[in-house]
Amino acid sequence: MQKLEVKIPKSRKDLPVTPLSVPTVGSMGKTGDWRTFKPIIDYSKCTRCLLCWIYCPEGAIERGEDDTPKIDYEYCKGCGLCANECPVKAINMEREKK
Amino acid sequence: MTQTIIDTANHIAAYAAKAARVKVVAAYPITPQTTIVEKIAEFVESGEMDAEYIRVESEHSAMAACVGAEAAGVRTFTATSAHGLALMHEVLHWAAGSRLPIVMAVVNRAMGAPWSIWPDFSDSLSQRDTGWLQFYCADNQEVFDTIIQAYKICEDKRVLLPAMVCSEGLILSHTFMPVKAPEQEEIDDFLPPYDPGWALDVDNPFSHANLVSPEWYMEFRYMIQNAMENAKRLIPEVDREYGRRFGFEHGGLIEKYQCEDADLILVTMGTMGSEAKISVNNLRKEGLKVGLARVRVFRPFPKEEIRKLAENAQMLTAIDRHVSFGMEGFLATEIKASLYSREKSASDPPLVAGFLAGIGGRDVTYRDIELIAKKSWKWMQAGKIEEETVWWNLRE
Repeated sequence: MQKLEVKIPKSRKDLPVTPLSVPTVGSMGKTGDWRTFKPIIDYSKCTRCLLCWIYCPEGAIERGEDDTPKIDYEYCKGCGLCANECPVKAINMEREKK
Repeated sequence: MTQTIIDTANHIAAYAAKAARVKVVAAYPITPQTTIVEKIAEFVESGEMDAEYIRVESEHSAMAACVGAEAAGVRTFTATSAHGLALMHEVLHWAAGSRLPIVMAVVNRAMGAPWSIWPDFSDSLSQRDTGWLQFYCADNQEVFDTIIQAYKICEDKRVLLPAMVCSEGLILSHTFMPVKAPEQEEIDDFLPPYDPGWALDVDNPFSHANLVSPEWYMEFRYMIQNAMENAKRLIPEVDREYGRRFGFEHGGLIEKYQCEDADLILVTMGTMGSEAKISVNNLRKEGLKVGLARVRVFRPFPKEEIRKLAENAQMLTAIDRHVSFGMEGFLATEIKASLYSREKSASDPPLVAGFLAGIGGRDVTYRDIELIAKKSWKWMQAGKIEEETVWWNLRE
């Protein structure tokens, strides 16, 4: 079986028979730039239920050691799913100032 | 040692899938293919065949399931006909582009409209450019042998492409013939367990066939073309090896019959290529030097062999069971394209005539083929083809 190596091809000889992609952080660049609204967590309201962490479609919320969610703004696209799902309304969507 | 099975080409295809130790079969029934997957379902149910049988809601899903299974690293099989194959069309591209050596029995049936359950090649030839190898069989023995051979060819690391093993519906699919099947150990020795070119791995996750920019897309397509060329070299080798071991050889890319000294060579595919042998025998008795070339593999197309045939013949006559609307029969086109020279020469290539016969399952007897040959012979002597495409036996 072909051994899977991640490398940027320089010539045809470097190509696998079909394109194979491994999960990579930021393969499309820093997608945080795409954001129009920015989710801000109010930690005084947050109950650490982790629903936001589960629902984030981009895996852009990190789970801290004490289950504190932390948003990675380099990759968060600002879709607002976390704010919508938060049962205690602890996440506010604020317009990005650019 | 071999065992003789007397059965229909459809059941024989099921026996071949069992003999190839296929691990996943995903299929949807369609006439005239249905009895292949019914027989396989029986084999799986009775425990004679150690395989997962996935019932799906359409042929699109059948091929998608085969792609998934093959990507997981197991040998897969499916079968379809006509509209089922058309519904698979999109996924056929995914299978070939993902370089997954799936083998599929295609039981040829004319495409609607108008609705038909009788054979011609309009279903599989419509899938010509999907990157699948295409074999066309002339009898039940060849169906068995070609399915086994196809796995060996397709799984070779120089090929890694899927294949259709085609046989004409009703003419072969529901006709009993004796077939000699090698013992299972002998087949296992010829066709070892599947060693995938690549396979999904849950411990090392990745996805396949993702977006490729214009920077590299063309290179992946070039590799498929290269694989087809490799298959062209490998097919005759594998056929010869099969013949050495089990006694049956089918001519590699083209089965040639009495071509060596022939002035006129009939070129056809499938069962017409077996019927035409009788015609050639009869015509030879009348003193006409006619030969027969049965194109067994349509993709990759054996253009080098066609060129070789043309070296001594004065005329090639294509008998096609399908028309490319707005052009002509497929073999007629491919033959002419193969013969067009890459350099100027003093001698013209032989004349190429095109006949359409057997469309929608209309019977083509050896007598029909003799008459086609005689008409061609007349044109050959006159040095002029009077009708570019003849619809044979077309009603007034």
